[in-house]
Amino acid sequence: MTKSVKTLKQRFMSLIDLMATPLTLSHYIELVNPLWVSHKLQAEVVDVWDETKSSRTLTLRPGRNWRTHRAGQYIRVGVPIDGKHFTRTYSISSAPERRDGFITITVKVLDGGRMSRHLVRNVKKGAYLPIGLPQGDFVLPQAAPTLPLFITAGSGITPIMSMLRNYAVVGNVPDIVHIHYAPHAYDVIFGKELKQYAEKYQGLYHYHPIFTRELGYRTSKERHFNAEQIESLCPDWRERDVWACGPQSLLDSLEEFFKENGREQHLHTERFLAARANLSGDESGGVVTFDEMKVEANGTTPLLRVLEDAGMNPDHGCRMGICRSCDRTLKSGRVRDLRTGAIIEESDSVVQICICAAAGDCELS
Amino acid sequence: MTQTRLPLNQHEIDEFGKELDEIYEETIQSLGTKDERYIKRLIAIQRSMALISRLVIFASLVFLPTWLDHALVSWITFYSIVGIGVFFLAISKILENMEISHNVMHGQWDWMRDPEINSTVWEWDHASPADQWKKTHNVVHHTWTNVLYKDHDVGYGLLRVSSEQKWRPRYLLQPLYNIILAIFFEWGIGIQEMNWKKFFSGTAEQKTHFSFVFRRFRAKAARQIMKDYVLWPLLSGPFFFYVAGANALANILRNIWTNIIIFCGHFPDDVYVFKKEDVEGETRSSWYLRQLLGSANIKGGRLFSIMTGNLNHQIEHHLFPDMPSNRYPQVAHRVKALCDRYGLPYNTGSFIRQYGTTTWKIWRLAFPGGNTEPSNQRAVDVR
Repeated sequence: MTKSVKTLKQRFMSLIDLMATPLTLSHYIELVNPLWVSHKLQAEVVDVWDETKSSRTLTLRPGRNWRTHRAGQYIRVGVPIDGKHFTRTYSISSAPERRDGFITITVKVLDGGRMSRHLVRNVKKGAYLPIGLPQGDFVLPQAAPTLPLFITAGSGITPIMSMLRNYAVVGNVPDIVHIHYAPHAYDVIFGKELKQYAEKYQGLYHYHPIFTRELGYRTSKERHFNAEQIESLCPDWRERDVWACGPQSLLDSLEEFFKENGREQHLHTERFLAARANLSGDESGGVVTFDEMKVEANGTTPLLRVLEDAGMNPDHGCRMGICRSCDRTLKSGRVRDLRTGAIIEESDSVVQICICAAAGDCELS
Repeated sequence: MTQTRLPLNQHEIDEFGKELDEIYEETIQSLGTKDERYIKRLIAIQRSMALISRLVIFASLVFLPTWLDHALVSWITFYSIVGIGVFFLAISKILENMEISHNVMHGQWDWMRDPEINSTVWEWDHASPADQWKKTHNVVHHTWTNVLYKDHDVGYGLLRVSSEQKWRPRYLLQPLYNIILAIFFEWGIGIQEMNWKKFFSGTAEQKTHFSFVFRRFRAKAARQIMKDYVLWPLLSGPFFFYVAGANALANILRNIWTNIIIFCGHFPDDVYVFKKEDVEGETRSSWYLRQLLGSANIKGGRLFSIMTGNLNHQIEHHLFPDMPSNRYPQVAHRVKALCDRYGLPYNTGSFIRQYGTTTWKIWRLAFPGGNTEPSNQRAVDVR
């Protein structure tokens, strides 16, 4: 019975959409409120808040067809810069199912990052941003009780913040150890809130901030992750599941450490740049032929960035070799997969241009 | 060859082409937020206008003397309000077809990489399915511009618009065909991709292609007819025919306007036509030259430009089909000066001149003979 009712409703809606041919009713609803539409997903920026001097939290009111995220997941965010549509992924930093239905993302300005700079400095309250649905499996297990060890650095705090806030909202805070790296105390994103949690959940939430460039420390190297450090801060790390998010150097050393100790299956990591192979740095590039244009490329910059710098705007999505929106076909020549260092030279291979660089002259279509 | 009769040698033609390339590159590099705002605002205005004008048509029914009885009821109020509704529905359809869809489907806005406003996914409020139109228009017309028996837009297989076309008795009635074509222009364009001759006498493959094209057209046409002539009229209940009539009128106004503007693009006096031999071994620069000589502009202000989808800058559109149309007016100054420098004709004139000579040509060429050779060609002929 319910099935036929539903198809009746669907039939009715397709009739209504027929009246809006070649568009749909949703396109006209967009004129009234972009958040009520069903043909795409947008979010309104309802608040902006500077967390540190170089990072900002955007509070977003997602459109009607949003579905709630799990703590730790990320979304795609699109922003037009100079009229061009760009996409990046950002972890959600708010707890799932907030009362007001809002979500937050926290963005840190990266060196040379066009999108991050635009989001942190230029996006204003009241702007509408296209977003994607929550994605990613960097989440806590839903049922099994766990003893988490969080290891984060810099803006890698964001997915973990969603988890911590989720624990705080639900009120079932387990025994957590959290090691967080930041250059200085004043650089800690959410620093005040983390300290508050540490006071409020004494004995449960063990917060260990490490300031790698604080005055008085001899070298920052000694403050980076090492075996003695984890032994002293979290002696029971062998019984814990680890969620880690931060720059590649941190994640690499964590992976190495946990592998040596046979616990790599208990290490969960989230990377916002695909891990790169260790290249010597003197890899030679070449001339890239793309859309009848020829561009000089070096051997370490992803082709996507090379083409963008040359004024083109190829299709792309995640920029980290996941979504395959940027797939192109190699017509001739050689490219290098920057994640593995492997050379792709078989013609007609599919090339993810966001994560491959020229390895000599090459032609793509 | 027409080109060689111009006072330019191949080297000069190449230089001319290079200068046009530079104008194009410079303009494309300067695209940005302003252009994005222009197209997005125009789309929002057009959609709002379409919706509101349909509601105005409905509102006019309240003043019908055959129904209600109140102080304002009269045929005069009814006709003036329904007239406003029809006028703005026609305007919104013109904006949608010309300044928005025509240009989006040319790929003029693909640089934004917007998921919706791009040539690969855009569909328009017109009888012709977007993919078929992109083939007949972008591929055939824009590549073979004004090449006789190649560019179907030269007379649309119906009219004799150049004295180079052989006269046949059926052309005697072409002033009449022209009016009928104008009224049903949308449908004329809709069936353009269908090759009826091939359906009757073509190979099996051609017949299969025909039926594929036909089915796609039928599906699109059905949706268009359902919208304007069934569903919206049904919504008005007993006033079905009033609403259907109002919608038909708006569609016809749009058809006539687009027909007039498009005819002014390639048929006025002094526009060149070409033969297949002329385009053999054509370089990019000679292609530019053919686009220039085969197109004509109409003088007009900003509002006129928007209402014609900037096709009043037909020359600039044919030189740079994928440049955002809002940039044509600024580029036109440079192109005109460039032509002047190279001693090339730049066909522009008032709306009256361009449509007047087009109409006269259609009347004159209904009869045998006639001479549509461009007068300025003779003027610059060096042989």
